[in-house]
Amino acid sequence: MSPEKFVQVEKVGMSFDTKKGKFVALTDIHLNIRQGEFVSLIGHSGCGKSTLLNLIAGLTLPTSGVMLCAGREIPGPGPERAVVFQNHSLLPWLSCFENVHLGVERVFSKTESKQQLKERTTRVLEMVGLGHAMHKYPGEISGGMKQRVGIARALAMEPKVLLMDEPFGALDALTRARLQDELMKICDATQATVVMVTHDVDEAVLLSDRIVMMTNGPAATIGEILSIDLPRPRNRIALAHDPRYMDCRSAVIEFLYAKQSHPIAA
Amino acid sequence: MTAITVDALEKVGAGGTAAPVTPIRKVGLSVPPPPAPSQLAGPSSMEQDAAVMRAFLAAVLPPLIGMALLIGIWHLATVNGGSIPTPGKTWDAAAILFADPFYSNGPNDQGIGWNILASLERVGIGFGIAALVGIPVGFILGRFATMASMINPIISLLRPVSPLAWLPIGLLVFQRADPAAIWTIFICSIWPMIMNTAQGVMRVPQDYLNVARVLNLSEWKILTKILLPSVLPYMLTGIRLSIGTAWLVIVAAEMLTGGVGIGFWVWDEWNNLKVEHIIIAIFVIGIVGLILEQALVFLAKRLHTES
Repeated sequence: MSPEKFVQVEKVGMSFDTKKGKFVALTDIHLNIRQGEFVSLIGHSGCGKSTLLNLIAGLTLPTSGVMLCAGREIPGPGPERAVVFQNHSLLPWLSCFENVHLGVERVFSKTESKQQLKERTTRVLEMVGLGHAMHKYPGEISGGMKQRVGIARALAMEPKVLLMDEPFGALDALTRARLQDELMKICDATQATVVMVTHDVDEAVLLSDRIVMMTNGPAATIGEILSIDLPRPRNRIALAHDPRYMDCRSAVIEFLYAKQSHPIAA
Repeated sequence: MTAITVDALEKVGAGGTAAPVTPIRKVGLSVPPPPAPSQLAGPSSMEQDAAVMRAFLAAVLPPLIGMALLIGIWHLATVNGGSIPTPGKTWDAAAILFADPFYSNGPNDQGIGWNILASLERVGIGFGIAALVGIPVGFILGRFATMASMINPIISLLRPVSPLAWLPIGLLVFQRADPAAIWTIFICSIWPMIMNTAQGVMRVPQDYLNVARVLNLSEWKILTKILLPSVLPYMLTGIRLSIGTAWLVIVAAEMLTGGVGIGFWVWDEWNNLKVEHIIIAIFVIGIVGLILEQALVFLAKRLHTES
């Protein structure tokens, strides 16, 4: 296994059986993701970006092709490929602490004492800035806080790959910006490998090392891949006037709105 | 699952199954409880007291007026004689009856307290066994589609059968009146629990199951941390419907089986032509049913707020 090909997606296709016959969602996807890389998947609605993420997560299995993570075929979902769900998906009957602890217990209970497990959970919640609210229930905290718990739950399992499905899509712009900044810090500190689905161009450019742009479905595939060579740590205010940032941004917008204009508009 | 369940669910009653449509969301987005009167920004305690008093009256007065109307109409309809006793006469009879509810002059002449307790015991046993069987069966039907399509036609066939049709079977098998009555309770109160539990299991949000898969939770953890909590509101609805049915059925079953019990007591008083007692029994049956129902509603609310 080479660190250059930490996640390998080889010739992957995905089709679903529907009442109207076979629906081809993805076709001929090739993608290699480096260890420690931040990759965004962007494209119009229905282009199969979430499908691709679910494939990497193992929640669904491809109908053709091979998916490898750390040199091994992806057999199904597992804690080494943790998912941050779009709608946080916290269990409302468990406190924030218990929600995170559920995963921690599963991954580390064989090697660590109960005390260590608790410390681990607390540490992650403090890292996402929720040390004060960890014994609250999801119904008692704001949307942004819930999403942070979702991120903490995923990070706490120390996954090989962190998969995020529009993690900030449901948040207001200010909260989103703050969480993006925090995510950048966390990724910097943990050197996490991240695959994120988004439809926010600025978010993609700000956070990613590479942006994978997908063509419109059905039978969607990768249209272009854009490397973002902006130095890290990145600062959103400084970047706002950076010509390189502007170029990246225009390249993505060009792809989305000129080359792959929305299916309804076409 | 198939249309059978949906159809059956509708028959169970809109009031029953419609209640917990999105029970989990409700918990998730739970609004903080309304502030206690003492926390309301009130300039003086006098005004606060007045506000509390008004709220109290608004809650208590309309039901009282309704009750008064009922008794008034009853009185007007019976005051000029006839076979139905007046409210006053019924009240006097009730006062005598409840002065000594726990006397026992042999198996056919016992206080009303004993009769109520005997009925509650039968309901408790029959309903308890129904819960022990029905809830796990509901889980299995909700979890495994094949089982559901196997069992659902049988349920659809048996569920509409009148309780009393089951009684002869019980008498035949058990040879005694008491287990036959319990059997009837069991068979009639099991369906809502099966149906509602199965519905609840099928409606566990896919998101939660995906979380379970990503976290690679054990079957035990999935059951205790995900399935049970999210099915609980549905289960409680099933239990509430079941206990309502059980209490409906017991009166009819006891009328036929005899012995001690509120249903038999009604029949016995009919044979004695003590119509006041029959009316008292109607009220008692209603009140006990109401208490059972409210106790379960209270329990459901407690579980909601705790989760």
